[in-house]
Amino acid sequence: MSVDGVGIWAYAVMRSDRAEDRTRGLHGVAGEAVRAVVAGDLAAAVGTVGLNEFGQDALRRNLEDLDWLSAKARAHDAVVSGIARSGPVIPVRMATVYFDDERVRHLLTNKRDAFDAALHRVSGRSELGVKAYADPKGLAAQEARAEEPVTGNRSGTAYLLRRRRELTSEEEAYRFAAGEADRIHRTLMRCAVDGKRKPALDKSLSGRAAWTVLNGTYLVDEGLIDLFMETVSALEKTTGRITLEVTGPWPPYSFAGDVEVS
Amino acid sequence: MTVGDSSLVPSGYGGGVANPQPANLGDILERVLDKGIVIAGDIQVNLLDIELLTIKLRLVVASLDTAKQVGIDWWEHDPWLTGKDSKLELENERLRARIDQLEQGDGQRRAVRSRRVESGNER
Repeated sequence: MSVDGVGIWAYAVMRSDRAEDRTRGLHGVAGEAVRAVVAGDLAAAVGTVGLNEFGQDALRRNLEDLDWLSAKARAHDAVVSGIARSGPVIPVRMATVYFDDERVRHLLTNKRDAFDAALHRVSGRSELGVKAYADPKGLAAQEARAEEPVTGNRSGTAYLLRRRRELTSEEEAYRFAAGEADRIHRTLMRCAVDGKRKPALDKSLSGRAAWTVLNGTYLVDEGLIDLFMETVSALEKTTGRITLEVTGPWPPYSFAGDVEVS
Repeated sequence: MTVGDSSLVPSGYGGGVANPQPANLGDILERVLDKGIVIAGDIQVNLLDIELLTIKLRLVVASLDTAKQVGIDWWEHDPWLTGKDSKLELENERLRARIDQLEQGDGQRRAVRSRRVESGNER
């Protein structure tokens, strides 16, 4: 399928058995039908995309466009997630594009052992994201209000004193929340195969005003997901000032890349 | 799967049928850009990592209209930018508005001006 003006966008790598069934009915970043390219016991889920939109220059330009990026990121994730529903999968990072199917087969053959090891690692496991949000500002303001008479002095000195109290209690609240986040992470690691703490998403991405004190993601045996969720519930009950949010199950995005494919 | 708190039930893979609530864009970007297996494609692009993306996004959302279109309104809560989260600032806001009213009989003009300044700072 080496036609001028098209490229092959890779979504995921899986075992070759049932690969055609697993990709059937899925549509990708260009709205194209997703299909399987097979080499030996491995297969890649790919789609044929126009280089006018997904070629080198176009990609470079389009990745800067937030609307384009959002739409394509969702489409890429939808394909990877669709395949993950029917078995083990290695998500390929967004915007990995090849010249033709032959190049994809070449890759599958060349890196066969690394892909095989990665598939072993994620088989029967899912990724769950857990975030902990704290609102120490609200807490700090509350404490400051409690200390102050309603008809409080509004002079400069009163202002400075109040500001200092606010900053101190805010700092304490943050320290408390960070300690709780460590405890939550340690506890969750006990019901997970692996886990990672990632930098907190910027507020512009998380869309939340509260402080993200934990942005963790965990690789969990599918049989232990219930236990993991119960642990999250239990943790939330014991951490009064912290809200926990679970996302997923995700395809194992954060753990498939641990195996070196260079 | 059953857990005590229904809000904690994982919603199924991605934004598919099992997941009536589409996953947060930040969560998706964080995974499809930063994670996933990294293999060399034939077409080389340098993907922004999530931190650079964040910086970029800050620049993008400097245009308030664009940001509102994609549902991002954190600056309205970000005390770093607006101070509106803290009681103190709210109080200052009220006091300043009162002074404005007393001095000019017009509390609205200042609010408009201050918003313009905020967006200017972001650029």
